Amino acid sequence: MIRKPLLRVENLSKTFFLHEQNKVIPSSSQVNLSVYSGRLTALIGPTGAGKSSVLKSIFRTYLPSSGRLLYETTAGATLDLALASEHHILELRRQEIGFVTQFLHTLPRQKTLDVVAMPLYQQGIDRTEGRTRAAELLTELNIPERLWEVPPATFSGGEKQRVNLARGLIASPRLLLLDEPTASLDASTTDRVVALIQRKKAHGTGMLAIFHHADLVQRLADDVVELAVPAANT
Amino acid sequence: MNKILEVKGLSQVYGPGCTLCFTSTGPEFETNICPHCGSIVALHDLSFDLYKGEILGIMGESGSGKSTAVKCLYFDQMPYSGSAIFYDESEQQPLFKLNPAQRRSLRNHRFGMVYQNPNLGLNFDISAGGNIAERLLMSQVMNYREIRERARELLARTEVLTERMDELPKNFSGGMQQRVQIAKALATQPPLLFLDEVTTGLDLSVQAKILDLILEIQAELDTAMIVVTHDLGVIRLLAGRTLVMKYGRVIESGLTDQILEDPQHAYTQQLVASAL
Amino acid sequence: MSDINFAFLDEYAKREIRRSIIKAICIPGYQVPYSSREMPMGRGFGTGGLQLTLALIGIDDTLKVIDQGSDDSVNAVNLRKFIEMTCPGINTTTCLQEATLIQSRHRIPERPLRADQILVLQVPYPDALVIVEPSEDKRKIMHGEADYSRLLVKLYEDIVKFDEITISHRYPTRINGHYIIDPSPIPRYDVPRLNNSEALILFGAGREKKIYAVPPHCPAEPLAFDDVPFRIEDFTDSNGERRACRLCGSKTSFLDEFIDEHGVRIYQCSDSDYCEQQQELAHE
Repeated sequence: MIRKPLLRVENLSKTFFLHEQNKVIPSSSQVNLSVYSGRLTALIGPTGAGKSSVLKSIFRTYLPSSGRLLYETTAGATLDLALASEHHILELRRQEIGFVTQFLHTLPRQKTLDVVAMPLYQQGIDRTEGRTRAAELLTELNIPERLWEVPPATFSGGEKQRVNLARGLIASPRLLLLDEPTASLDASTTDRVVALIQRKKAHGTGMLAIFHHADLVQRLADDVVELAVPAANT
Repeated sequence: MNKILEVKGLSQVYGPGCTLCFTSTGPEFETNICPHCGSIVALHDLSFDLYKGEILGIMGESGSGKSTAVKCLYFDQMPYSGSAIFYDESEQQPLFKLNPAQRRSLRNHRFGMVYQNPNLGLNFDISAGGNIAERLLMSQVMNYREIRERARELLARTEVLTERMDELPKNFSGGMQQRVQIAKALATQPPLLFLDEVTTGLDLSVQAKILDLILEIQAELDTAMIVVTHDLGVIRLLAGRTLVMKYGRVIESGLTDQILEDPQHAYTQQLVASAL
Repeated sequence: MSDINFAFLDEYAKREIRRSIIKAICIPGYQVPYSSREMPMGRGFGTGGLQLTLALIGIDDTLKVIDQGSDDSVNAVNLRKFIEMTCPGINTTTCLQEATLIQSRHRIPERPLRADQILVLQVPYPDALVIVEPSEDKRKIMHGEADYSRLLVKLYEDIVKFDEITISHRYPTRINGHYIIDPSPIPRYDVPRLNNSEALILFGAGREKKIYAVPPHCPAEPLAFDDVPFRIEDFTDSNGERRACRLCGSKTSFLDEFIDEHGVRIYQCSDSDYCEQQQELAHE
């Protein structure tokens, strides 16, 4: 029985056009892949192959140049994310589609617990419950309690990455995009993240991930898609 | 998601205006000034939707028309043409068809505005608490103690020292004046708030605090906001969607992260690349 | 004097003023602009009140003129003489109950008025909003929209500074639920007499060229907060006793306070007619 994919990317290409330099820069080319609920698809390939670009195109941080991003909605219909309205995308980001990037953008004074709980607040969950769940996650990821009421601006790279991860994993998105989630983490924390990701998979979240280490691909990926560097155009 | 504001074809012209004004000005012509009649086309054909609880950024440099748009919507000026519908609970209010009393009622009860220049938003002859009281009195609150309590609450919320609530705003720093403005704008818990360059000119640390405050309040009250600024940092922090304007026209619009990371128009690319 | 019209004003002037009066009665508290004539006395001496009286007075009227409650003050005497001179045959009186038309500066008489009497008050500044808004155009809009928030803020600031509303005379008063008037420099003590009055009360500002009215049985509420109510002047002494008039002993009238020839502070009724009548009653 062939399951319907949560997301099917068809012939996705992204090209940047820089007006001032009058340059065309291809970023990803003719990408095809599928993501299934409860399974993880890993994107592999050399630098410059456009892996991050694919994730950003799905999330609408980049506007796809061509191709379709067919997403299965909760109602069972198929929606092309490339054509969805801005409001719809914002709503999906709030409720269904998560993205763990490498950068942590936060308000200067927001406390770590609230940073992590934010996706829950946006879904209408109250502060007490949100903070409780955030505390649980932060504990799993080894962020000590003394840091919870402190804004993460002064944290180390690894600490920031873990806060970022906690925020990305706290809600239960249907589709989760992960861009090198364990890049700055030590082995034991990486193991915990792997466990978390496996739990999310078991709960039905479909994931598309870029891992910096082949080992992680082996441990977590159910499907693997390899990208090639797009041919340069002049 | 509920729509709260629908703007269509908003235009503003200063001067006599002529049939060629719109076709001879704009980003392609690098000017707002009509070469035929000398009128200034401050704004042309602005259309957008705003949803409840959403923050929309309008970004542009001087002369882009961004402040003009907000001034029209807040009734500081009447536009040259265009329409705007405000969805107020179950009613639809066609803003530019209302009479002055209706406009004033919306301004006082349903809208809030924070200006770049506190002189425009505050009455400097009355105390900080008095400024807030004025807004509450406009909404028929007639109990002195209640007014005082509410003013104190709002000032505390915007981190103005409540011991200073009876002082005149002219004795406050710029950042504190802005905070009093914000407190005043929020006094009637408006569903729609306009913020016009509210942190421009303030020290960076003060800016950060005020932006923080705005977001916290937005999360608490679910206020829809239109944030006008030329500062990309402010847009990134506050706005979910952004319009980029130049010479009175919208040249690009989209999700804020997309505008900042994948700008399409030459001008937007220039703006983003120029950010320090 | 035969070549001037009865009551000095020509009939056209009288008609215009009467029409303005009718309009003022129909829109209680609204300041009706009218074409205020030059009178043979300076502005600021009651020309507005005078024009109202002259437009209304008839041969069978009995006139009383008071100033700060007294029939004897210079201004009251001058006005009364002028009206007597230009309205040959009318009666004048100091006794309130005999009067049909009463012109007054700065006080409303102590005794309640009757439905057949008209009270005319002399007004220097007709607009209560003038202290918060210098532009007349803007004030008109504020009045039209009953937007008195800036005036209310003034009261708020007073309470913040002084723990109470410190306005002593010209206390802003809302008429018939909409327009707020400046009731002329009557003391707070007299403001409650505007409410649900039996008599028509007219206000004339000659220099500012406005006429307004508080019609009979009209609600007149002095501006206040729910929890900081309007208070009239307090005439209690340091022992908590309400002071009495030194001449008639009244403990209910508005008292003038002055220093006598021995340097002692004394109190007596401001309304001289009322005081005299009280004294007569005491002698009986």
